[in-house]
Amino acid sequence: MTEFVDLWVYLSSTPLFGLTATLVTYVIAHALYERLDRNPLANPVLWSVIAIGVVLWLTRTPYPTYFAGAQFVHVMLGPAVVALAWPLYQRARELRRRGVALIGAALLGGAAAGGSAVAMAWALGLPAEVAISLAPKSVTAPVAMGIAERLGGVPALAAVFAVLTGLVGALSARYLFSALRVSNWSVRGFAIGTASHGIGAARALQVHPDAGAYAGLAMGLQAVLASVLIPLIARLW
Amino acid sequence: MNALRGLALLLVFQAGGEALTHALALPFPGPVVGLMLLLGALRWQWVREPVSQVADFLLAHLSLLFVPVGVGVIVHWQLIAQHGMALAVVIAASTWIGMATAALALRALLRNGDTDD
Repeated sequence: MTEFVDLWVYLSSTPLFGLTATLVTYVIAHALYERLDRNPLANPVLWSVIAIGVVLWLTRTPYPTYFAGAQFVHVMLGPAVVALAWPLYQRARELRRRGVALIGAALLGGAAAGGSAVAMAWALGLPAEVAISLAPKSVTAPVAMGIAERLGGVPALAAVFAVLTGLVGALSARYLFSALRVSNWSVRGFAIGTASHGIGAARALQVHPDAGAYAGLAMGLQAVLASVLIPLIARLW
Repeated sequence: MNALRGLALLLVFQAGGEALTHALALPFPGPVVGLMLLLGALRWQWVREPVSQVADFLLAHLSLLFVPVGVGVIVHWQLIAQHGMALAVVIAASTWIGMATAALALRALLRNGDTDD
């Protein structure tokens, strides 16, 4: 038994643990998601986070120890944001043709999401740094962290809020769109990418190719627009 | 080999974006500047070929990349538990408000513009 504990202590303190745990958990969560016909409630990010969180809590492994390994997955978020140029480039013609409508909808949707979040946080009496960290919640996590940092919020909180926002969108978009009777795949995809960035886009990609492409486009637009406009609006405030 | 070359290009564009943001004190995060630089460079075949391969792979597995940050929830567990109810309401409601606004706005704006769908 002590040998086992020693082995566990050794393994869980090397970066190998965090990296292996992240990939293995996600692969299993994704297989279950496929098995359950991609039901939004079986979202693989949600269940991977819960499973790893519970393991860390039970084994009393500190988050930095886990992150020492998981950072090798995390750093790929940067190149993934850059890679969004590819779906944007592929849709450049549509973007030019429908540019005004798309940018208009991205601005209105982003402003409605961020603005309502900050207003409600303020009305409910949440601390100021929490309210500020909510402003970029519709933007993909790595960009949201950068924006929150510039505004004087907490980058880690902004990332958590962005992930939770993504999950809410991925889990509930289907029901919201049928309630609103929005059936066009491009419109659905664009709206989910605007309000819940990469996690929403990942969901859209799995549901319909048009929805996926427009979600990727919306997420890229939101990243660019929000990182210019949110700090600007904050400065004018 | 092409995929590796693509990954190298993505990193070069990200680094270029980070460098520009710092040098010119731009208000954008570095990767966003990298995205805009790459968008301009994709017109060249030697950039487009390798980048398209790695971009399709990365974006197909995008949700995996959010797991490490997501687990970070446990670090802020106290704050989140303390304001749990309020945060849940704010996050869920604002997401629905944003998504509904974007969907209805785009549908209305497209109806005025083109008529092909």
